[in-house]
Amino acid sequence: MSTYPLLSFAIWIPIFAGLAVLAVGSDRNAPLARMLALFGAVAGFLVTIPLWTGFDVANGGMQFVEMKTWIPRFNINYHLGVDGISMLFVILNAFITIIVIAAGWEVIKEKVAQYNAAFLIMSGLMNGIFTSLDGVLFYVFFEASLIPMYLIIGVWGGPNRVYAAFKFFLYTLFGSLLFLLALLYLFINSGGSFSILDWHKLPIELAPQIWLFLAFLIAFAVKVPMWPVHTWLPDAHVEAPTGGSIVLAAIALKLGAYGFLRFSLPIAPDASHELSGLVIALSLIAVVYIGFVALVQADMKKLVAYSSIAHMGFVTLGFFMFSALAIEGALVQMISHGFISGAMFFCIGVMYDRLHSRQIADYGGVVNTMPKFAALFMLFSMANAGLPATSGFVGEFMVILAAVKFNFWIAFAAATSLILGAAYSLWMYKRVVFGEIANSHVAELTDINKREFAILGVLAFCTLWMGLYPQPFTEVMHASVNELLNHVNISKIQ
Amino acid sequence: MFDNFVVPDFLPAAPEIFLAVMAMSILMIDLLVKDSRRTVTFALSILTLLGCAVIQLMTSSGEIIYTFSNMFVDDLMSDLLKLFLYMTVIVVLFYSRGYINDRPEMNKGEYYVLTLFATLGMMVMISANHFVSLYIGLELLSLSLYVMVAMNRDSVTSTEAAMKYFVLGALASGLLLYGMSMIYGATGSLEITAIAERLYGGGVNNTVLVFGLVFLVAGLAFKLGVVPFHMWIPDVYHGAPTSVTLLISTAPKLAAFAIVMRLLVNGLITMSADWQNMLIILSVLSMAIGNLAAIAQTNLKRMLAYSAISHMGFMLLGIVTGVVSGDARYALNAYSSAMFYVIAYVLMSLGTFGMILLMARAGFEADNIDDFKGLNKRSPWFAAIMMMLMFSMAGVPFFIGFFAKFSVLQAVVAAGYTWLALVAVLFSLIGAFYYLRVVKVMYFDAPEDETPIMAGTDMRWLISANGLAVAFLGLFPQVIMSLCAYALLRSL
Repeated sequence: MSTYPLLSFAIWIPIFAGLAVLAVGSDRNAPLARMLALFGAVAGFLVTIPLWTGFDVANGGMQFVEMKTWIPRFNINYHLGVDGISMLFVILNAFITIIVIAAGWEVIKEKVAQYNAAFLIMSGLMNGIFTSLDGVLFYVFFEASLIPMYLIIGVWGGPNRVYAAFKFFLYTLFGSLLFLLALLYLFINSGGSFSILDWHKLPIELAPQIWLFLAFLIAFAVKVPMWPVHTWLPDAHVEAPTGGSIVLAAIALKLGAYGFLRFSLPIAPDASHELSGLVIALSLIAVVYIGFVALVQADMKKLVAYSSIAHMGFVTLGFFMFSALAIEGALVQMISHGFISGAMFFCIGVMYDRLHSRQIADYGGVVNTMPKFAALFMLFSMANAGLPATSGFVGEFMVILAAVKFNFWIAFAAATSLILGAAYSLWMYKRVVFGEIANSHVAELTDINKREFAILGVLAFCTLWMGLYPQPFTEVMHASVNELLNHVNISKIQ
Repeated sequence: MFDNFVVPDFLPAAPEIFLAVMAMSILMIDLLVKDSRRTVTFALSILTLLGCAVIQLMTSSGEIIYTFSNMFVDDLMSDLLKLFLYMTVIVVLFYSRGYINDRPEMNKGEYYVLTLFATLGMMVMISANHFVSLYIGLELLSLSLYVMVAMNRDSVTSTEAAMKYFVLGALASGLLLYGMSMIYGATGSLEITAIAERLYGGGVNNTVLVFGLVFLVAGLAFKLGVVPFHMWIPDVYHGAPTSVTLLISTAPKLAAFAIVMRLLVNGLITMSADWQNMLIILSVLSMAIGNLAAIAQTNLKRMLAYSAISHMGFMLLGIVTGVVSGDARYALNAYSSAMFYVIAYVLMSLGTFGMILLMARAGFEADNIDDFKGLNKRSPWFAAIMMMLMFSMAGVPFFIGFFAKFSVLQAVVAAGYTWLALVAVLFSLIGAFYYLRVVKVMYFDAPEDETPIMAGTDMRWLISANGLAVAFLGLFPQVIMSLCAYALLRSL
């Protein structure tokens, strides 16, 4: 195991790179800002690789642990660590950051330094969320990450960006403030500890467990987002610039789901069992109802945003069936969704940059002018629909398999998503890409350039790799998921 | 005739004496200074305050020392608060300098002298252990401020604000005095520690006492500016020249915290059940009215006035939760969190009003929210500073405002008032909206006014340091948190 504080590097390298970009890159010197940002993102990614290569798959506990006193007055520590659940998200986040910086390369022409800096800082803060083992540290990163996203949507977003930015910020702040109260409650009742791992062992009566669970649920459900608190997401996605949509879908949505695994299930296991019916019901509504909503969207970004909500419904469904297969399936689904939704938003961004429209009706016959793009877009649409051999299939299949064991009708309802997913993804693809060239604008389209091809190529590789050979991803999860289930299946009521 | 006269120990009051002497000397010296050479007065005032800080540090013993027949107390809490007070007033003077240089009617020596006398008043308030010394300090502060608010004589709004401030302030002082007289009637003493002992012994007429307490709390509430005694705050903040608003919105909060501690905690702790319930009502109302009314404002000073009301309401939560059904285990935790909150608030308030002064120039006040439109285009650095201040005020990490809210909330939850914590966070959510709006105006909107910022170099550096301090202390809040806790531990 490495002796370097790798997790601190993963958090602070992007943040300091972001500050450096702000410091040197004025608007006059945009190329320098871009290069420096790319350098920071790549450096941030490279330091996360040893997390995977040096990971001990047999160990279900925390690895690469760092522990320093931060605020002794309240016993708050700078306590970091990753297990098989969080490790992959750190790497995914660092990877997506490179994609995002590359995605904005030629497109963003105004306030280039601030744009890149916002994404780098955001990336560092989100790594902080995935690696924090201290409640306050987690909360601080969780809430601080709202600031860069607020600015990204508001400064570089579409026409209705102000409304979307406020909605995004206030919705998530509402959830996290209740979460803060839950943390304070745990702090007082654990005799003055903010350590998440201590809280996992803390016995709590059922009634307070239920309150804690509900506070967590509101915080994380907003972030995931689950039906019925999902309404901020389509607005945020539609208004955000391409990079913002990619980060939002690929990483930010995972924060809420990750919170369920780190807080709700192990800290309030009895309440989780008690209220699992509620979460499963909400998840199924997301899968089925939001799937239908996605079907009727006329705006491509909105369609993919709704499909994200439906896919995240699968994730929360998997968590609350309390079996290793379901939770691992949900985790695979989260990572896979990171690749696929990132790629889908990038594809839409590619078209938007050329035609300045996201309306499906404005397109048609794109394959004639952009064949390379059409091929890759096809792959991601198929993956979004859960085609076997793509990563989209693996997670959904595992969750459905676990659901069949759990309850046939839940499995039945969940499986409709495969049909709905195919319907909305492929129907959109058909209307946009196939057919005659719809109008003169489409006729003038130019195919993707090398940069765009490289981005889509890398994402396509990841999607196929994970679809064909998911073993490296799942093997790191086993021990940690079993450890988690140990906590979840033992009652905390004494 | 002088048989009973004991020469008091002057040392604990050395900073006050030094400041009083210096303020009067500056008043004389300034007569010889031409308007164009006002820098002399400014430099002398700064040196005086620095001198006070040095004397304070040298004379601080860490013990609780009473002097002037127990009218004056010097303890660690007062030392710490006074040091923050000097720092605050120094920053206020630096921020004000450019602003009053551009406005000839305010660029008078009296401006500095009155600031120093107001500071003296606050110092006496902080160290008061007697109703009379407390009242003298309060009046010295208030009278200086009334004049300063009215200093811009040709401005109708300033004059109106000064009138309102004076009339309502006099009323509040009357309430306070009336309450004090009742308590004197019940306990037979004006000395705070003696009152505490008398109450501890029992046998005091409770009806008269509670009657007095109500007036006392009302008077304090007025000085703190909490609902329903907040009416003066928006008008005075709005009407006063911005440099005076800066002073009113910062340093007196430290002094007000001190007199709340002296009167309610040191003096009337045995009646905590009574005054805590009153403060809960004041606190919840302040958070509600302050945050809701701030949303509707278009004037930044007025918005910050309502935000000040809500912040003081939040701070009171820390005072409310000190004693739970006779159990004082949480007292230190709660009171020190309130003290940390006040200090954090003063730091943030300095920065935000400082930003208004930075943007202002001759003939332009920059006090509308729309005056900050597109600041990110005009000056990305100062937009970032203002953004940090706004997020800090909203209680978003990594800024000091978050840890201020955090420490008060943990005290509230520890005392078992979970519902109160819930109310507090819900109103902070509402509060986040109007702070976000300022960020929105700076970052999302295009500038309407392309005039470059004309503030001097010292102002630019100082406000940058102020903004960075808000961020730095948000990353490392431990030092000030433990200073507050230690000072109160040695003073209570």
